[in-house]
Amino acid sequence: MSTETTKASVSTIQNSGFDVERIRRDFPILDLRIGDHSLVYLDNAATTQKPRVLIDALNKFYAEQNANIHRGVYFLSEKATDAYEKSRVRIANFINAADAREIIFLRGTTEAINLVAQSFGRRFFQKDDEVIISILEHHANIVPWQIICELTGAKLKVIPMDDRGVLNLDAYEKMLSDRTRMVAITHISNAIGTINPVKEMIEKAHQWDVPVLIDGAQSVPHFPIDVSALDCDFFVFSGHKLFGPTGVGVLYGKEKWLREMPPYQGGGEMIRTVTMEKTTFKDIPDKFEAGTPDISGVIGLSVAIDYFESLGIEAIQAHENDLLNYGTEALEQVSGLKIMGNAPDKSNVLSFVLTDIHPHDIGTFLDSEGIAVRAGNHCAQPLMKRLGVSATARASLSLYNTREEIDKLTANLLKIKKFFS
Amino acid sequence: MNELTELYQEIILDHNKRPRNYRGIDDATHSAEGHNPLCGDEISVSLRLNGDQIEDISFQGEGCAISKASASLMTTLIKGKSLQAAKEESSVIKQMLTSSEEPDNSMEELGDIIALSGVRRFPVRIKCATLAWHTFEAALNGKKETTTE
Repeated sequence: MSTETTKASVSTIQNSGFDVERIRRDFPILDLRIGDHSLVYLDNAATTQKPRVLIDALNKFYAEQNANIHRGVYFLSEKATDAYEKSRVRIANFINAADAREIIFLRGTTEAINLVAQSFGRRFFQKDDEVIISILEHHANIVPWQIICELTGAKLKVIPMDDRGVLNLDAYEKMLSDRTRMVAITHISNAIGTINPVKEMIEKAHQWDVPVLIDGAQSVPHFPIDVSALDCDFFVFSGHKLFGPTGVGVLYGKEKWLREMPPYQGGGEMIRTVTMEKTTFKDIPDKFEAGTPDISGVIGLSVAIDYFESLGIEAIQAHENDLLNYGTEALEQVSGLKIMGNAPDKSNVLSFVLTDIHPHDIGTFLDSEGIAVRAGNHCAQPLMKRLGVSATARASLSLYNTREEIDKLTANLLKIKKFFS
Repeated sequence: MNELTELYQEIILDHNKRPRNYRGIDDATHSAEGHNPLCGDEISVSLRLNGDQIEDISFQGEGCAISKASASLMTTLIKGKSLQAAKEESSVIKQMLTSSEEPDNSMEELGDIIALSGVRRFPVRIKCATLAWHTFEAALNGKKETTTE
């Protein structure tokens, strides 16, 4: 089968209002050559590439604005503090938080989940209490809960899924009880793309007065997020998957919980007074931001969000849905290829296996053609086990990808089959 | 494609497709499980030692072409060897797989296994090639499990 027939067989309408070629020019790395090939970057669920406006903003910060925050009385420190706190307001607006003090800056999604698990867990979990997660979770939303359960004697309950990768909501409802202390669920599966019905799941948990943490690492770069409408208690995401810098992430938490929760780390910036006998802590959000934060990262994140929103999130969604549909149809034409995860509500991930060819060999072969995909267990070993595979190859799409790049992927998968036959 | 064909030489592709000694050994004297946490590859290596001689050696498991071919080639190389010779070869081969140098002429006598040397240019794949050898050594040392972390 040639890629020409693949193209012809797909009838989805191209999203005309969205100029992907113009957008690609905003990302310097997309001009890179890998050996003799143009880079085809299809590992966006791992991290996204950075627009020039962000790279310039980081340069500008270090060249013209660098100082520590919240302590200096001098010009530069005031400027840096102001930019840092403006970012907090920007991000609160971006996800529609009620108050900027509900935004905590951390290193990333992983640290944010660890903070909630440790701080909330130490305050509220007791022996035989229960925490509900799902089989779709990334290790970052499994292991922190295991650690706090081990410490407190609480137990982990896991929502199962069907073979398409859709969570079993009946099983979830049955799990909820007066023993449940937390529900922690991914918004979108990083490994197979399932979009979970989080609003409905939050409502169900709230009927038992159980708070819900949503892992938004994979959803923030693809849809509009409104934490007030969702009514989630915690929402966490990383900057680097949202076209921002690595090393910065966000914890949104409802004020009522954040006030009740003890500090996660101690240190400078988070204290009011310290004596050798007793320390008093600052109010939120400072209570949770010990030490010098990633100042340039936080400022950069709001620049990345400005850029992302300027493209129009709905237009981005339409473009990515077109790519997902196009890619799904194209890959389904490759004989011996099986797409893992076929949820009706699915985001930008094409995870697949090829008969008799290991995902690592697919990854190495594609790399030799300049195509970057992830091969492995995607930090989701329990999910891989449920799917009955040890690993998959995963192409994950973003706003700057094109149908031509998917054609290259498909054409090379056909070459791989020939190579290993 | 040059580096790629150097990695996936004909011998490797052949051992991947038709792995040798891919089975269990009922009366094995030594065995171990090897695990590569990076990619989830798992292999088990079993062998039967009679006095000083490795009478039989086999492997089973899930893995990429490199790890499967490496294990298959290992069994063909080691079967029938003395314990001392097998240990020496294992250390020479692990050295070859991780060295920045081209393999020298003295390696030629090891035969087909030299085909694995292309993996040196693919740092992320080296552990795929060494997994079988680590597992073999773990079996000899009486360890039940090993990992290439």
